[in-house]
Amino acid sequence: MNRLTALLVQAVRPRFLNPPDMAYRGVRDYRRVWFLSIAGLAAVSLIPLLILTLTDYQLTRKALQLENTLRLVRIASNTRRTVTHFLEERISALHFVLEEETYDRLRSPGHLEAVLKNLKVGFGGVVDLGLINADGVQAAYAGPFELIGKNYVGQPWLQEVRAKGAYVSDMFLGFRGAPHIVAAVASDAAKGRGYFLRSTLDMERLINLLSILDLGASGDAFLINRQGVLQTPSKFFGKVLDNSTLKVPPYSEHTQSAVVEDPERGPILVGYAYIKDSPFILMVTRQQAETMRAWMDIRLDLIWFLVASITVLLFAIYAISTYMGNSLYEADVKQATAMSHMESTNRLASLGRLSAGVAHEINNPLAVINEKAGLIKDLLELDPKYNADERLIGHLDSVLDSVDRCGRITKQMLGFAREGSVEIQPFSLDKVVRDVLSFFEKEAVYRSIDVNVAVAPSLPDIRSDRGKLMQVLLNIVGNAFQAMRNGDSLNVTAEPHGEDRVKIRIQDTGAGISKENMKQIFEPFFTTKSGKGGSGLGLSITYGLVRKLQGAIDVQSEEGAGAAFTIDLPLTIREVRNDESAAG
Amino acid sequence: MTRVLLVDDEKEFVSALAERLALRGYAADWSVTAEDALAKVKAKEYDVCLLDMRMPRLSGLELKQEIKKTAPCMRFIFLTGHGSEQWFEEASSEGEFCLIKPVRVEQIMETIAEVIKEGKGGAA
Repeated sequence: MNRLTALLVQAVRPRFLNPPDMAYRGVRDYRRVWFLSIAGLAAVSLIPLLILTLTDYQLTRKALQLENTLRLVRIASNTRRTVTHFLEERISALHFVLEEETYDRLRSPGHLEAVLKNLKVGFGGVVDLGLINADGVQAAYAGPFELIGKNYVGQPWLQEVRAKGAYVSDMFLGFRGAPHIVAAVASDAAKGRGYFLRSTLDMERLINLLSILDLGASGDAFLINRQGVLQTPSKFFGKVLDNSTLKVPPYSEHTQSAVVEDPERGPILVGYAYIKDSPFILMVTRQQAETMRAWMDIRLDLIWFLVASITVLLFAIYAISTYMGNSLYEADVKQATAMSHMESTNRLASLGRLSAGVAHEINNPLAVINEKAGLIKDLLELDPKYNADERLIGHLDSVLDSVDRCGRITKQMLGFAREGSVEIQPFSLDKVVRDVLSFFEKEAVYRSIDVNVAVAPSLPDIRSDRGKLMQVLLNIVGNAFQAMRNGDSLNVTAEPHGEDRVKIRIQDTGAGISKENMKQIFEPFFTTKSGKGGSGLGLSITYGLVRKLQGAIDVQSEEGAGAAFTIDLPLTIREVRNDESAAG
Repeated sequence: MTRVLLVDDEKEFVSALAERLALRGYAADWSVTAEDALAKVKAKEYDVCLLDMRMPRLSGLELKQEIKKTAPCMRFIFLTGHGSEQWFEEASSEGEFCLIKPVRVEQIMETIAEVIKEGKGGAA
């Protein structure tokens, strides 16, 4: 698990943001490329996603709203039919009585009671029945009240029934406190002077019809009159005969819908219908929040989907951009490393050729000086013709010594270019390392330098040029001893590297090498020991020798924190030519 | 007395070295051109020839071949200021003694002694 996490972190870590101190920093602004890539990819993938989701959000919401409205209108429309039918049925029954019976028969004692009984059986909810003559006086009455002789002249309902032939009253709390209405019909004027049948109707059944409508917890269905007075009980908008808290909607012949803002319950979806030939307006309401509950679920799903998509997309974009940035950076670093390596190899090779050329040009005049000075000395010493003067011979000796010194330097310069041929033999690397270190044993003890050797036991004998390798190691260890202070330590390790190579590491805790010196360290004549006898050829010869051994040498160092030379050699050197080594 | 012929295009070098060897009891002649050297070899017998590897027109090795035609028993020591690998490999393949200038006269004398010893050993 931890490894997986580490791998994942490694894969998505932008390595180019904080390159190691010594590493190549690249030619590009990787941070900018990275940001542009992330921003670009995010824009082209997230913008369409957001637009699509937003559009879908709007469309779904509108569709749901429309569906809810239509559903409510349908319920209102159906209920309107029921209410209309309820009223029409009763008006028709009263009309039927007037058609069937004559005025006189209705007036005859006991007849109206019989009709009332029939009506009660046929429709139920008919409380009483009264016959009103053309003068507006109650001529006959069947029911619980004493109303015979009551004069209705001047009452609005009488005028309306005269004008329209039928009348339905507002709701009132009548007999036994139950909600009632009064319905009245006029006889056909063709049958003589008009007279009227008036009945009180129990509305319990209509209220029941309204109350059983399935409208959900926030739903409500009720009747109001045109002044906004509640005609049937409402769950939310007031008691019967109270003023409804909902405003009276504008008149319309058809069923309509509206959204009304309720201060307590928020927006309310209202379906309403004016009931024909009655003072009633049917109101069917639902709280909009409840009707949109399904929408809320969809919206939540939509938001989850959006959040999940954006997360996945952003991660993918980040990963792709980082991978791209890393690849670009690594390719640049690789190229730059190869270039710089090639550059340094070329520079060292041309420097080698240059040194050899210079050495040769100097060697010939040096030889002349050598022979001339030698001859003068010979003459002074051997020819009796010249009086030998010790002082002159002393001067000549120092000339000859200087020539000798020059000769040694030029020979080293030639050696840097030439390096001699390779003599291959199998030998133990451990032994060579210990042999080399034995030269420094006394110095290490004297300066209390801690020397550690760790050659991997699994390392087989290697086939290479023992002498050249010793020279390489002597040179590097010698440099290390010069760089170390008393009490420092030197670690020499060797371990197999890859299938057929070995890595030798010589690490000291000495003075280290400064950044600018690192660049020149393998160049001929580069020395930090000027005036202390350094020719500046040691490491360039070492470099040449390691290359001759088909290996590579590298150095890591920080000023003040020591240096580490790494030599990478083949376990078995490829035989190019096995020439005999020449004397030099 | 060992007879030595020195061939080098650097007159100052070759004349001084010849004189020094003469002071040490050698019969030393010198020439600065291949033609002169060949003429000397034809005219006189020498034990050892010190040859500069780089001469105008002829290389040391070519001159050696020419001299060998006249004096097949002649021994050679090569001298050069140029220690290129190619040079060493060429000379080594010929099995010759090679010295890089500047060189101490004592070393030259040792090498001459060695060459003669080897020549005699080889002849025997």
